[in-house]
Amino acid sequence: MKYLDEFRDSALADILARKIKKASTRQVNFMEFCGGHTVTIARYGLETILPENVHLLSGPGCPVCVTPAEQVDLIIALSTKPGCTVTSYGDMLRVPGSRSSLALERGRGADIRVVYSSYDALEIARREQERQVVFFGIGFETTAPATAAAVLKARDLGLENFTVVSAHKTTPGIITALLDTDELSLDGLICPGHVSVITGTAPFRYAAEKRGVPCVISGFEPLDILQTILMLVEQVKEGKSEVEIQYRRGVRPEGNGKARQMMEEVFRPADSNWRGIGTVPGTGLALRDEFGRWDALSRFEIQVPPADEPAGCICGRILRGIALPHDCALFGKKCTPDNPVGACMVSSEGACQAHYRWHRK
Amino acid sequence: MCLGIPGRVEEIEGTMAKVSFGQMVCRASLDLLPEKVSPGDYVIVHAGFALERLDEDEARKTLEMLREATGLEIP
Repeated sequence: MKYLDEFRDSALADILARKIKKASTRQVNFMEFCGGHTVTIARYGLETILPENVHLLSGPGCPVCVTPAEQVDLIIALSTKPGCTVTSYGDMLRVPGSRSSLALERGRGADIRVVYSSYDALEIARREQERQVVFFGIGFETTAPATAAAVLKARDLGLENFTVVSAHKTTPGIITALLDTDELSLDGLICPGHVSVITGTAPFRYAAEKRGVPCVISGFEPLDILQTILMLVEQVKEGKSEVEIQYRRGVRPEGNGKARQMMEEVFRPADSNWRGIGTVPGTGLALRDEFGRWDALSRFEIQVPPADEPAGCICGRILRGIALPHDCALFGKKCTPDNPVGACMVSSEGACQAHYRWHRK
Repeated sequence: MCLGIPGRVEEIEGTMAKVSFGQMVCRASLDLLPEKVSPGDYVIVHAGFALERLDEDEARKTLEMLREATGLEIP
């Protein structure tokens, strides 16, 4: 068992697609919350084998895409402080702030380094004690525990030159916010597999139990997603709305309690600004007061003005599932992966880049 | 961004493991794992941390469900 090839068999994919067609009774809109799912659907052309009455919409689950421009501006402002080193996952480097990006600033001489892990950032701080090392923590519940682990380790090591900007976001509140608007009518949610490794089924119960939206937690291989769609179509057919787990090899219903505990020790819920969506109460993670020493926002005096969205960009509507990339006048013309205008084109997991690169319909 | 990759634990040293993904080997922290893992186990690795041990029984069950759903033999 390699946990990959077994879940990529094309003959099985065809049969699953036929099953989906047979089970689908009416037109349905399913949202894939996670950018990782967006990529699998586009790369393997899954929509080309699905029946026409199954529509897939990309959701707000690409953390790079939903990090607002002012948070990028803030990190850029920190990178210009003397003695400051900014560390970030590579995904964030090209994301546009209101006037510049981390990649551009690095070209102009700022000390901005790409790290693979929060512990790598911590290691830089340990080795270079004369520098202030700031880690740009982004991502959902999948990466927030890793940032928490680094803060806890910095405390244990007594490291005073390591701080974090937390741009982390959490899933339950944004799902509630999306479902509670009238603009989106969803028949099913393809729930994020690796977020759920940490959270378990809890974030999706509101959608299933209170809003009647079938939910299936999905793995990331093509057969995983097709099986998930089949499970959703069957729930629709039977008039059910439950949280089911397709990705059973990785996700336990109760999630990873240890990782969650570390996250809860370091962070408290905070309001969070989503690019193109606006501020959603309780969907962010701020460092608790007792960890203020490792919070870049309380250590350094930095303020940036609110940033405007780029003119003509409809990323916000795409992230809410009410528009498709092709609806945007800039798509494929002024906005391409080489010259991205909006964040959904910058990130390899953004809906616009996935549609552009793999000609998703 | 949230895409973890399944890898095989090769060696463990303290709270760090060497994990192989095909030909590639990376170091991953075991600090977030709720249970002990041993060499030979598969884990989901994301951004330098192992997030969970992959459950081989469950993986087989999923493949069996697929086989039942499709009526095909799966190796």
